[in-house]
Amino acid sequence: MADLDFNIDDNVDITDVVCPTTFVKAKVALEELDDGQILAVKMNDGEPVQNVPRSIKEEGHQILKLINNEDGTYTLIVKKVGD
Amino acid sequence: MAVDYATLKKGGFMRQKQKNNFSLRLRVVGGNLTAVQLAKIAEVAEKFGDGHVHLTSRQSVEIPFIKLDDIDRVKAALADGGVEPGVCGPRVRTVTACQGEAICPSGCIDTYALAKELDERYFARELPHKFKFGITGCQNNCLKAEENDLGIKGGIKIKWRESDCINCGVCEKACRTNAIEIKDGKIIVDESKCNFCGRCYKACPTEAWDTVHGYIVSFGGLFGNSINKGEAIIPFIEDKEKLLEICDAAIEFFAENANPGERFKFTLDRVGKDKFTDKILEVYNG
Repeated sequence: MADLDFNIDDNVDITDVVCPTTFVKAKVALEELDDGQILAVKMNDGEPVQNVPRSIKEEGHQILKLINNEDGTYTLIVKKVGD
Repeated sequence: MAVDYATLKKGGFMRQKQKNNFSLRLRVVGGNLTAVQLAKIAEVAEKFGDGHVHLTSRQSVEIPFIKLDDIDRVKAALADGGVEPGVCGPRVRTVTACQGEAICPSGCIDTYALAKELDERYFARELPHKFKFGITGCQNNCLKAEENDLGIKGGIKIKWRESDCINCGVCEKACRTNAIEIKDGKIIVDESKCNFCGRCYKACPTEAWDTVHGYIVSFGGLFGNSINKGEAIIPFIEDKEKLLEICDAAIEFFAENANPGERFKFTLDRVGKDKFTDKILEVYNG
């Protein structure tokens, strides 16, 4: 995991699934959190990193940072925003 | 009594191979029908057809097996449910559209509103040959804009607004054309690579982009006996009134220059694309 300046409350790895399960897995992980908590989502380059950040934004959560892990994966830092 | 097939065809009644049977094409705009219209279509198909309808390749509905003697009663019944016959033959055809920004998260323009506007402006206008409009909301091109005589594709022109940027890096990856580069916290957009898809803006957590929603218009598309991809003349049209003026100019050019039975692409080839380009640029810059 890349060096982070965020207090991560939970991690989820979505590199083992493909669209649309990528987003679903991230969404489920966000549902487990409380409002304001921070999730780190590890995803593959390509389709996931092109689309998952936007889907999470459209769900109303706050994206803080996308970190390039320099190994073909990225980590998206997301703050949960409740309903 | 002789049957006037041309008039029937013009009114959406397509002659079937079964004698005295017609497949009635309905007027559908932008692929939308209300539940009330659908219920009426179902009723008419049961009562006057053989109980089925056909969805055409261009978002219309046809009710087959309508009998010649029932035509007036069918029209009256459909009118009761707010349904009109469509058209066929040498005129402006169904204006097709995807769901666009009113429904689809990817949409950059209100395709249905524009389809209705074009339909009101041009529907069934008599021309030397068929003329098809298609409107798609974004670069995903679900509606295949370039296969139409005049295709319209929604786009978003973007300009980075540094004050709202949190430097998360999402936009650089959201871009499919590699037009975005982040260097020392600054976002550099290569405008020659930008295809106006708007994905950077749509993915941005703070929407740190100034945006203009607009249109990419292609001319001369075909997807029948001959296949040709319509081509744009102006990269991006920002203003809707300008778009409508350009549509007017294209239709006028076709009406003035086309031979009977000649599709727009072949008119452009024969008369010269330069001549058409000059006309469109004159309208655009005028």
